[in-house]
Amino acid sequence: MLKSMDKMDFKVVLPEGRLTDEGRCVWKELSREKKLDFYRWMVQVRQFDRRSILLQRQGRIGTYAPMAGQEAAQVGSALALSKEDWIFPSYREVGVNMVAGIPLKQILLHWMGRVEGNRFPEGSRVLPPYVPIATQLPQAMGAAWAAKMKKEPSVAVAYFGDGATSEGDFHEALNFAGVFRLPVIFFCQNNQYAISTPFRRQSAVPTVAERAAAYHIPGIRVDGNDVVAVHIAMEQAVSRGKQGEGATLIEAVTYRHGAHTTADDATRYREAEEVEEWVRNRDPIHRLEVLLKAEGLLTDADIRDWEEASRQVVEHAVKEAESVPAPAADHLFAHVYEKMPLDLIKQKRDV
Amino acid sequence: MSEITLVQGVCAGLDTALREDPRVVVLGEDVGKNGGVFRATEGLWEKFGEERVIDTPLAESGIVGAAIGMAVNGLLPVAEIQFMGFIYPAFEQIISHAARLRQRTQGQHPASLVIRAPYGGGIRAPELHSDSTESLFVHTPGLKVVVPSTPYDAKGLLLAAIRDPDPVIFLEPMKIYRSMRQEVPDGWYEVSFGQARKVCTGEDVTLISWGAMVPVAEQAARAASDEGVSCEVIDLRSLYPLDMEAVIDSVKKTGRAVIIHEAPKTAGLGAELASRIHEEAFLWMESPVERVTGYDVPVPMFALEDAFRPSVERVGAAVQKVMNF
Ligand SMILES: Cc1ncc(C[n+]2csc(CCOP(=O)(O)OP(=O)(O)O)c2C)c(N)n1
Repeated sequence: MLKSMDKMDFKVVLPEGRLTDEGRCVWKELSREKKLDFYRWMVQVRQFDRRSILLQRQGRIGTYAPMAGQEAAQVGSALALSKEDWIFPSYREVGVNMVAGIPLKQILLHWMGRVEGNRFPEGSRVLPPYVPIATQLPQAMGAAWAAKMKKEPSVAVAYFGDGATSEGDFHEALNFAGVFRLPVIFFCQNNQYAISTPFRRQSAVPTVAERAAAYHIPGIRVDGNDVVAVHIAMEQAVSRGKQGEGATLIEAVTYRHGAHTTADDATRYREAEEVEEWVRNRDPIHRLEVLLKAEGLLTDADIRDWEEASRQVVEHAVKEAESVPAPAADHLFAHVYEKMPLDLIKQKRDV
Repeated sequence: MSEITLVQGVCAGLDTALREDPRVVVLGEDVGKNGGVFRATEGLWEKFGEERVIDTPLAESGIVGAAIGMAVNGLLPVAEIQFMGFIYPAFEQIISHAARLRQRTQGQHPASLVIRAPYGGGIRAPELHSDSTESLFVHTPGLKVVVPSTPYDAKGLLLAAIRDPDPVIFLEPMKIYRSMRQEVPDGWYEVSFGQARKVCTGEDVTLISWGAMVPVAEQAARAASDEGVSCEVIDLRSLYPLDMEAVIDSVKKTGRAVIIHEAPKTAGLGAELASRIHEEAFLWMESPVERVTGYDVPVPMFALEDAFRPSVERVGAAVQKVMNF
C-alpha cells in the first residue's frame, strides 16, 4: 500500500463525500465505531477551536492560533498513535493534543498564559507546544533514536507546518533520521501559508513530500482534509517505524480557514475566492458527514446531539480552567532548576 | 513633519532609506505583502517592489547569512527577525560572522548591515515571544546595539544604523510600539550612536534605562518627585557603544544610581554599568548602585509577566533604598 502512495496524492473520501475506488476497500475495513470516532473528534475539536477564538475576543485567553480546517489532518493522524508514542507538537495542534488525551483545561491554561498548562498528566508523552518553528523536529528525532536504542516499541512524531520546512532544523532532523533509520514521523500540515508567505515562496520544490527523497526516507502526500486517508498514511508510517524500517515524512495538504492567529489579518494575503473554495467545498468535516449519512451511520439528530455534547465538554473545561487560582508572583521561580541555587532563593524572597 | 508612533518611525526610516539609497534592501519573514506582523514595513513592498522588500523563506540563519553576503557585495541590507526570541537560529551568522568579518578580513570585507528585531515583554504575547537578550549582543565585540524609546529616535537611530559601517542590532521595544506619538521630521536625519538622551533632569538619583523601561523610569521619577526626591532619567539609546560620559556626569552630580532593565539580572547590562560607575565615580557615590531587573528565571508566559518586568513600584523601592542608605 505504502508504495502505491509514494509521491502521489492518496485519497479515500472526496470533498463531496464520495469514496474513491481505492478508498472503497479501505473504508470497508474500518469499524463503525472508528468511522464515528473520526467524526466525533473532528466536531469536538472544531467546537473547542471556535470557543477559543471567542474567549480571545473577550480577553479571557491571549493570542490564539485557530486550526479550523485542519481537523482531519490532526484527528486522523493522532488516532493512529498510542500511549507509548511521543508527540512533539507545534502551537496549532490543539486537535492532536485533544485526541492524545491532554485535558482541555491544560490546553486552555496554556493559552491563558499559564505555564501550568504545559504540564500534562503523569506518564504523558506529549511535549508542550513548540513555538519557535521547526525546533521540535530534531528533538522528536532524538526521542525516536532513544526508543530505538532502548528497543521500545514506539515512534516519535513531530508536527509542523509548511513554513517549518525552510528551517535548517527540518533538514538536519530528516538527515539524521535517514542516516540512522530512526522510528520518527515528520508530519507536515501544509496549510499553504506560513503567516502571509505562500508555500511557493518557501520552496522551489512544489511539494513537501518530495524533499524526503534527499534524505532517503519515504515521502507521502495525502489529502489532509480526508481524515481516512490521513489515518491510513499515519498507520503505515507508525508500523514502518515500529518494524525498524525507519522514518517517514507525511505531507497532509490542508488549509486553515481562519487567520494565522487572532492577531493576524489573513485578508491581506489570501484571496476571498480561495478561502471560500476551501471552506465551502473542501471542508474536512462536511465530507465525512455526507458519507456517514449516506451510509446510514449518522442522522441529523445524532449531529445535533453530538454538537451539543461537545459544547458542554468545552464549557466545562472553560469553567475548570478559569477557576484555577491565579499563580503567586514567586511561581516564576518554580521548576527553573531541580534544586534552586542560593542566589535564586534570595531573589525569590524579594518578590 | 508628522505625528507618528514608534513603529511608524521605524517604517518611516525604512521608507526614507529605500527612497534615498538604492543599495538598501529590506528582507525577512512577512515583511513584504503583509507589511510585517507589526506593520513596521507597511506599504514598502507596494512602493519599492518585491526585489527590494523581500519576503523570505522562514529561516533566520538564511536571512542573516544572506544579509551578510549582500553587505559584503555592496548592498545595505536591513534584515528583520520577526521577534527577538526567534533570532537564535541566526546566532552563528551574527556572532561568528557579522560581528567579525571586518576584523577577520583585516578591513577588506566588512559587513555593514542592520538586523531589526521587536523585543521585550508586556504585550501578552504567546510563549517565547518576549525575550530581552540584548546582553548577548552587547557582549559580542564587533557589533553595535541600539534601542529607541521614542518615535523620533526610532527613525533617526535606524537611519544612522543603515549608514553605519558596522553591523548593528536594532532592537524595537514592542510594548511601546504604539504607546506614544511624536512629531518626526520628514527626510533623512540621524541620531548618533553613543549618545544617551537625558529624559529629565534631577539632583538626587540617576535612573538609567532603555527601551520600554524608559517610560517606567519616567513614571517612577514622577512618583518620587511627589515625595520630594528629584530623579534624573537617562535613556541610553545605544547599548554599544555606551555613552559613559553622560552616565558618569549625571551620577557624579546625583551620587546615586538605579539601573532598570527587563533582562535577567545576572550578567545583564546593568552589571556592566554598575561596575563602570564603580570604576569611574566611586568617590562621588552616596550609596551603592541599585539594579531593578527581570529575575534570573526564563521570561515567563504572560500570566506572570507583570511580576517579572520591573514595575514603577519596584523602581520606587530602589529609589528609596539609595536615598536612605
Ligand atoms: C524560528 C521562528 N521564526 C519565526 C517565528 C514566527 N512565526 C510564528 S508562526 C510562523 C509561520 C509558521 O508557518 P508554518 O510553519 O507553515 O506553520 P503554520 O503556522 O501555518 O501552522 C512564523 C514565521 C517563529 N515562531 N519561530
